Amino acid sequence: MSKRKIKATVICQKMIAADIFDLKLSAKEIACQAAPGQFVDLYCADGSKLLPRPISLCEIDKEEGTLRLVYRIAGAGTAMFSKLKAGDTIDILGPLGNGFTLRDKKAILIGGGIGIPPMLQLAKALKCEKSIVLGYRDEAFLAEEFEQHGTVYMSSDSGIIGVKGTVMDAISACKITGDVIYACGPTPMLRAIQAYALENGIEAQLSLEEHMACGVGACLACVCKSKDIDDHSKVHNKRVCKDGPVFFAEEVEL
Amino acid sequence: MNLSVDIAGVTLKNPITVASGTFGSGMEYDEFVDLNALGAVTTKGVASVPWPGNPTPRIAETYGGMMNAIGLQNPGIDTFVARDLPFLQKKDTKIIVNVCGKTTEEYVAVVERLASEKVDLLEINVSCPNVKEGGIAFGQDPKALFAITKEIKAKAKQPIIMKLSPNVTDITEMARAAEAAGADALSLINTLTGMKIDVKKRTFAVANKTAGVSGPAIKPIAVRMVYQVANACKLPLIGMGGCMCAEDALEFIMAGASAVAVGTANFHNPYATIEIIEGIKKYMQDNQVDDIRSLIGCVK
Repeated sequence: MSKRKIKATVICQKMIAADIFDLKLSAKEIACQAAPGQFVDLYCADGSKLLPRPISLCEIDKEEGTLRLVYRIAGAGTAMFSKLKAGDTIDILGPLGNGFTLRDKKAILIGGGIGIPPMLQLAKALKCEKSIVLGYRDEAFLAEEFEQHGTVYMSSDSGIIGVKGTVMDAISACKITGDVIYACGPTPMLRAIQAYALENGIEAQLSLEEHMACGVGACLACVCKSKDIDDHSKVHNKRVCKDGPVFFAEEVEL
Repeated sequence: MNLSVDIAGVTLKNPITVASGTFGSGMEYDEFVDLNALGAVTTKGVASVPWPGNPTPRIAETYGGMMNAIGLQNPGIDTFVARDLPFLQKKDTKIIVNVCGKTTEEYVAVVERLASEKVDLLEINVSCPNVKEGGIAFGQDPKALFAITKEIKAKAKQPIIMKLSPNVTDITEMARAAEAAGADALSLINTLTGMKIDVKKRTFAVANKTAGVSGPAIKPIAVRMVYQVANACKLPLIGMGGCMCAEDALEFIMAGASAVAVGTANFHNPYATIEIIEGIKKYMQDNQVDDIRSLIGCVK
């Protein structure tokens, strides 16, 4: 029994940027076995919204038995989660998926938008030299928390924060180098990182997102195109929820 | 108290199975559910060769339900027989293998391959709304359904369950065609064809454009169709379509289903099947029902 569906208790929740919420949950059974890059499924109390919402783990505190989730309101389900207050409970399932493979090599951590939160637990777990690149639309969040874990570089669409442009623009403008890349963010960003990593022969681990139903690898909703024939269906479709969400750059077609 | 039911000569220890496609071959849910506690495990559809399925996004949520167009991605019969069947055969539950194909020959190839395997029942998917050839092409025309049922029945070593589509004007006509061709049982309903548009992106929410709607939103339609079919033919029925709880399962049973498949509920609650079985037992205790079979079709 590695995965569990449990009733988690809300410790606190606050809004940290427009539509971005910071939720801390007491979830001992899940926290004790969770790893950076994994996610949990959150269930709505309202039965009209049946499918769980997959949300990445921003911080894992095994001693306290807590999970920190930082998420964006994307629809009615996450809007409901944003109303949760201390003492409320919520059904969650996890830990799900395969997280990042930690290397003891000079690292570049790249987070784009709501792909930034999972990089925080990874930054805490990696003890090596780190450059951390955070891409925003026009409002920063979590940036100061990354500073204690490495050198932080930022980019934004408008140029209000850091380099104007994408995380790739920040990498070239600031001449950031590393021997392994860990990334989570929108698909166009991951695609650019994938091309950069393959071109430069750098290992890159990419955390993907796709619409999910079961969260455990059964329904085959959240597949991505894979270079090799997958073990499950013997085609070229890896399951983001079960085989991922973290894949090596050369494994997947984005 | 007896919970066991009979489907075409196969005894299920209780009336609860899972809807094909929502439970894989059981492996992924083995971590949550004691598969030995289920009346049967119904597998994801398996074809003669691996199928890659449809492009993503493959699913979307709807009010009180969801829609999917997975496109029957599956590893093909060889991998299924080598990997999935041995796993299920170790469990103390009945095995219902869902069979899909694009042509009659493809269905027959799978059915023949399974002839020597320890499989209890075959569920023939002639009602998937999400693949262009095969599937639904057989399930919306009574003559085509009759022909493929007859063909498969002639080759099958296990009893066959024809899975009916609700996307027809009169489901009883389809049920009678399958019965006349020699089907041993029927399962119903498959998903209802739907569509959702993402107004922000001005595109279809599911890449396939149309997708099958499932979940509690469609349950009243499913119960009605089970009732109609139960009164139109003599075959045992497996009812499905939005069963979320014991009360829902009992509705299907009272409408005429001998067994009930739990589908979308697995996504909302991985323990749904077990909780439904426990809920049925409690209903029987509270209402002094000694034999679940006395409830099958009890509402006339």
